[in-house]
Amino acid sequence: MPANPLPPSPWRKLTSLLLAFAVIAGIFTFAFSTVTYQWKWPGVWVYRDLFLRGWLVTVVLSAISLVCSCLIGVIFALLRRTPFLPLRYLARIYVETIRGTPLLVQILVFYYFIATAFHMENRYVAGVLILSVFSGAYISEIIRSGIESIGQSQLDSARAIGLTTVQTYRYVIFPQAIRQILPPLAGQFASLIKDSSLLSIISISEFTFNAQNAASYTYSVLESYIPLAFGYLLLTLPISLWTQSLERRNRFET
Amino acid sequence: MRLELSGLTKTFGAHRVLDAISLDLPDVHAFVLIGPSGGGKSTLLRILAGLERPETGHVSIDGAPLPREEEPLRKYRCHVGTVFQAYNLFPHLPALENIMLPLEKVHRLPRPLARTRAMETLQRFQLEPHAHKKPAQLSGGQKQRVAIARAVAIKPRLLLFDEPTSALDPEMTAEVLEMIEELKREGRDLVLVTHEMSFARATADQVAYLDNGKILECAPPTQIFTAAQSESCRRFLGKILRY
Repeated sequence: MPANPLPPSPWRKLTSLLLAFAVIAGIFTFAFSTVTYQWKWPGVWVYRDLFLRGWLVTVVLSAISLVCSCLIGVIFALLRRTPFLPLRYLARIYVETIRGTPLLVQILVFYYFIATAFHMENRYVAGVLILSVFSGAYISEIIRSGIESIGQSQLDSARAIGLTTVQTYRYVIFPQAIRQILPPLAGQFASLIKDSSLLSIISISEFTFNAQNAASYTYSVLESYIPLAFGYLLLTLPISLWTQSLERRNRFET
Repeated sequence: MRLELSGLTKTFGAHRVLDAISLDLPDVHAFVLIGPSGGGKSTLLRILAGLERPETGHVSIDGAPLPREEEPLRKYRCHVGTVFQAYNLFPHLPALENIMLPLEKVHRLPRPLARTRAMETLQRFQLEPHAHKKPAQLSGGQKQRVAIARAVAIKPRLLLFDEPTSALDPEMTAEVLEMIEELKREGRDLVLVTHEMSFARATADQVAYLDNGKILECAPPTQIFTAAQSESCRRFLGKILRY
């Protein structure tokens, strides 16, 4: 990378941003104008409540899954470091299986077999669990690499002053690892929100499911799905910006 | 203190780092370990610090054997102060909090008391202007001095230094050695691994020369530095003292 170029002025930033937008808007305007498509927005507008409710369900599902997946992530990251081998393998198998298979298959297997076998009647609870288990595998890897970024010398110092293992995690490892963990974790949250759309296949009436319904009621597919894109962007964009600011802060502090 | 080692052996994989070391020093206060890198001196110090466990053999200090189980060993570690070559301090905590952490969490002092004790320790070593700085804002010498202050603040029965000046320039080395010298003068028992021969000569009451996992020589500094018995020690000192 070149040595610190001067940061662009706000004026230049704004005009550049507008220019970039104009290019993208131009491409889309051209694309849409060449295809003859009869836009029927009023028909979809009737179902605006359906969209709003779906969006809120997505927000709530994602938020609960986010908390649960962080818990699962921490637990499995620690399990991968236990001296007790069976638990370590369990954690390893969990992470590799979840990360190596499509979420779609996981949802179907979990919902139709595991949830049924354990009499989990509520599909929303099942949905949150599947999402948490799925996302937890990724988060556990993020946390594990954060923990492993703490050098041996720090662990030696912690042991030398007489801290217990639990205290070492609490006062030495986690406070330092969190800075490594936060940016990729925020990225994972954004993925989690988008991945929740797959829950539509088990008829959870979240944002995507409701948009599909609106599309089938009105026969206006694009008019139903384009708002969907903006609805997700509304959630993921702030997270993405937050991630970038976290990464910038890390760069300055180290 | 009285330091006894008997048949101490430590291996890392196929490498025998300490090879059945035995030693009995009935009354030692500043024990300095010298020798070539990889000779086993750091490992011996880490065993004394309770950070490594030997495969066989015993260590006893003032007649009390070093425990072999992790939990009693941890309790032992609470009462010795260990300073490493570098990266002793926790980078996310300011100097003051670095010193408070063991006082508060290990020795269970109430927070205000831990703060007072930590501040007093910093003042004693003219480090109080740095109390609220994080390690990244301190020079190498200041970091090591804060690390030593942290080790001293717990009122340890024994101070252990593993090449505490090897990562420092000569000026910083001097300020750190001065601090160690001061601790020795006030009667604290210490064990030190170092390459600073003139400091070893001036401060130690016993010097041990380790090579290939064995103590080839252990004597007062005047004897080691003027009339070393072993060929290996003479060669080592000849090389290191030439410049």
